[in-house]
Amino acid sequence: MKKLASILTATLALGISTTATAGTLEDVKKRGTLSCGVSTGLAGFSQKDEKGQWSGMDVDVCRAVAAAVLGDASKVSYKPLTAKERFTALQSGEVDVLSRNTTWTHTRDTSLGLNFAGVNYYDGQGFMVSKKIGVKSALELNGAAVCIQAGTTTELNLADYFRANDMEYTAVTFDTSDQTRAGFESGRCDVLTSDQSQLYAIRIGLKNPSDAVVLPEVISKEPLGPVVRQGDDAWFNIVKWSLAALIEAEYLGVTSANAEQMAKSGSPEQQRLLGTTGDSGEKMGLSKDWAKNIVMQVGNYGEIFERNVGMSSPLQIARGLNAQWNKGGILYSNPIR
Amino acid sequence: MSAVKRPEGSKSAPAFYNNPNVRAVFYQLLLVATLGYLVFLIIANTLANMEARGIKTGFDFLTTTAGFDILMSLIPYDATDTYLRTFFVGLLNTILVSAVGIVLATMVGFIMGVAHFSKNWLVTRLAVAYVETFRNIPLLLQIFFWYFAVLAALPSARNSMSLGEAVFLNVRGLYLPAPVEEAGATVFYIAVAVAIAAIIWLHRYAKKRQDDEGVQLPVWRLSLGILIALPALASVIGGAPFSFEYPELRGFNFRGGITVIPELMALALALTVYTGAFIAEAVRAGIQAVPHGQTEAARSIGLKESKIMKLIIVPQAMRVIVPLLNSEYQSLVKNSTLATAIGYPDLFTVFVGTSLNQTGQAIEIVFMTLAVYFAVNMTISLCMNLFNRRVSLVERK
Repeated sequence: MKKLASILTATLALGISTTATAGTLEDVKKRGTLSCGVSTGLAGFSQKDEKGQWSGMDVDVCRAVAAAVLGDASKVSYKPLTAKERFTALQSGEVDVLSRNTTWTHTRDTSLGLNFAGVNYYDGQGFMVSKKIGVKSALELNGAAVCIQAGTTTELNLADYFRANDMEYTAVTFDTSDQTRAGFESGRCDVLTSDQSQLYAIRIGLKNPSDAVVLPEVISKEPLGPVVRQGDDAWFNIVKWSLAALIEAEYLGVTSANAEQMAKSGSPEQQRLLGTTGDSGEKMGLSKDWAKNIVMQVGNYGEIFERNVGMSSPLQIARGLNAQWNKGGILYSNPIR
Repeated sequence: MSAVKRPEGSKSAPAFYNNPNVRAVFYQLLLVATLGYLVFLIIANTLANMEARGIKTGFDFLTTTAGFDILMSLIPYDATDTYLRTFFVGLLNTILVSAVGIVLATMVGFIMGVAHFSKNWLVTRLAVAYVETFRNIPLLLQIFFWYFAVLAALPSARNSMSLGEAVFLNVRGLYLPAPVEEAGATVFYIAVAVAIAAIIWLHRYAKKRQDDEGVQLPVWRLSLGILIALPALASVIGGAPFSFEYPELRGFNFRGGITVIPELMALALALTVYTGAFIAEAVRAGIQAVPHGQTEAARSIGLKESKIMKLIIVPQAMRVIVPLLNSEYQSLVKNSTLATAIGYPDLFTVFVGTSLNQTGQAIEIVFMTLAVYFAVNMTISLCMNLFNRRVSLVERK
C-alpha cells in the first residue's frame, strides 16, 4: 500500500514537473553548447567537409548565436535533419534553433508553435532541366516528371504553378537533397525543382554540371530564416538580434578584420553595436560584447555571403535581393540601440 | 498469501477486507485506475504543453485542401483534394504493395523451400544460396540495390526497351497496354463466372467419384480446359470483350496504358526477395518436421512421388508453416514503410511524411497511422489464425 502511494505521488510530481520548462538561454548556458538543426547536406548553406567541419550560410547563423550566447562560435552541436523531420525536432526541444533553409510561411508561423526570427536569405523557387531536352521556359514543361524534396513548400508551389498554367506533371518525391539529385541524374525525372540557391548547389554536385540548365522562371517567394519555439520570448529575441547584428555590421562597415579597432575608435553607431557603449547585451541576458563576438568570430553578413555562396565560392551567386537595402537589395536590419 | 486455519468452532466470519477474493479485485481495480490515471495524465499534459506552445491540435486539418500532388494513386486524386484523401491514397498504396509482396513472396518462398529437397544438386545449392544471401542483407540495402542500381540503370524514355510496341520498360517505369471494355465484356464476365462455378462443381464431383468408386479424374486438365474454352466461346459469340489502349511516347513521357512506377517495382521486388527467403526457411522447416516414416509409409502403399508431396507431406507441414507465415506477412507489411527511402507513396511516406510536414500535426497523424498498421496486421493475423485452424483440424481427423 505504501509503495503504491509513493508511486502515485511520484507520477503526480512527474506530471507537474514536465509542464514547467526552463528557459532555452539557461539550458544552453548550462549545457555549454548550442544545439542547432541544419540540413543533411546542401552546398553553401549547411554542409560538412571531410574533416567533419560544418560550413554554410545557415551554419553561420548557428555560429553567430553561439558566439553571442557562449562567446565561442565553435560551441555548436549540429543536428542534420531532413525537411520532414525539422519541425518536430524543434517542437520537441531536440534543437534550440532550426537554421535549415526554411521558408517563412503563414501556416508554419501560426499553427506549428514556431517563430521565425528573421530572414537570412531571400530565395525563390526555380526549375533545373537537362540541356538535352531543349526546354527554354518552364511553360514548356507540360507532361514532365518533376523531382522534388518531400515536406517542402516547393511541393505546394509546384502544384499551384502547373495548375495555374493548365499543365500536367508527375511529382516524384524524395527525402533528401542528395536523393533528389540522384533521381534527376538517373533520368527518373525531366525536371528538378527547388529554391534557386539550392538548384545552383545541386547543379555543382552533378557529375557533369554543364549538362543541366536553370530555367529563368522564379515561381515563388521563399524567405529563408532561422526558427525558434514559440513561448520563449527571451530566446526568440537573442536569435532575432544575432541575425540582425550580422546584417547591421555589414551596413555599418564593421568586419571581422576591423571590429577590434572600430570598438575603440569607430562611430557612435559602430561602438554601440560592438558594446563599447550602451547595454544591448545586458538587456538580453548576454555579455556586453555579444555582437563583437559575432562579428569577430563569424564575420558580417557580407563576409558570410561571399565565403559561402558568393563569387568567391563555387556557387557564384550574385547578391541580388540579398544585398543591403541601400545597395539595391532588400536586406534591412532594425537599428540596434 | 498463507491460509491460516482458524480454531474450530469459531463462528465469526473474517472481516471483508481480509477476504482474498475481495482483496484481489481491489488490487486489480487499483491497477486499472492507476494505468487510467497515467494515460489521462499523458494526454492532458501533452495537450496542455501543445496549447502553451501554440501548436494547433484536433482533426480539423483532415478536411482542408492538401495542395500537393502524389506520384501514384489508386483512387482519383489531385492537389485540390483534402488531407483525408491523402490518407486513403497512402493507405491503398500500402495495401497494394503489401498484397503484391505477400503473394509473390509466398510463391517464391514455397518454390525455394521445396527446391531445397530437390534431388538435383544444382537446384539444392541454388535454393541454399538464395536463402543465405537475401536473408543476411539488410532490407533497406536491398531496396536501394533494386532502385538505384538495377532500375535506375534502365534506358531513358526515348530509348525504351519494348516488347512488340505494346509493353515498354524504361527508367520511368513499366508501361503496359490498358484493357478497355467493349460490347462483348458483359458476356465475357458471365462466361468467366460460369467457368469458375463449373470448376468448383467438377472438383466436388471428382472427389465424390473417387470416394465412391476409386476413379481418378484428370481434374486439373479439365479445369484448365473449361477456364479457356468458355470465355473463348463467349468472345466468339458476343464479340471481342476488350480492346487495348497502348502507351505511346508523347512529349516527355509515355502516356496512356497502365504505368507501373519503378518505386513500386523496386519495393515489391525487395520485399518479395527478402521475405521469400524467410518463407523458404519456414517451408523447409515445415517439411523437415514431418517424420521420414510418413514418406516411407506412403511409398509402401504405392503412392506416386508427386502425390506423396501433395497428399502426405505438405498438409502435415502446413501445421508448422502457417504460424510462421503469419509473422512473415506481418513483418512484410511493417517493412513496407521503408518505401519512404525511395519515395514510393505509401501511407508512411504520404501521410507521416508530407501531410505531417505540411500541417505540423504530428500527434494526430502518427496516431492515425499507428492505428492503421495495427488494424492491418490484426486483420492478417485473424485470417491466418482462421486458416491455421482449418489446417490443423484437417490434420487431426
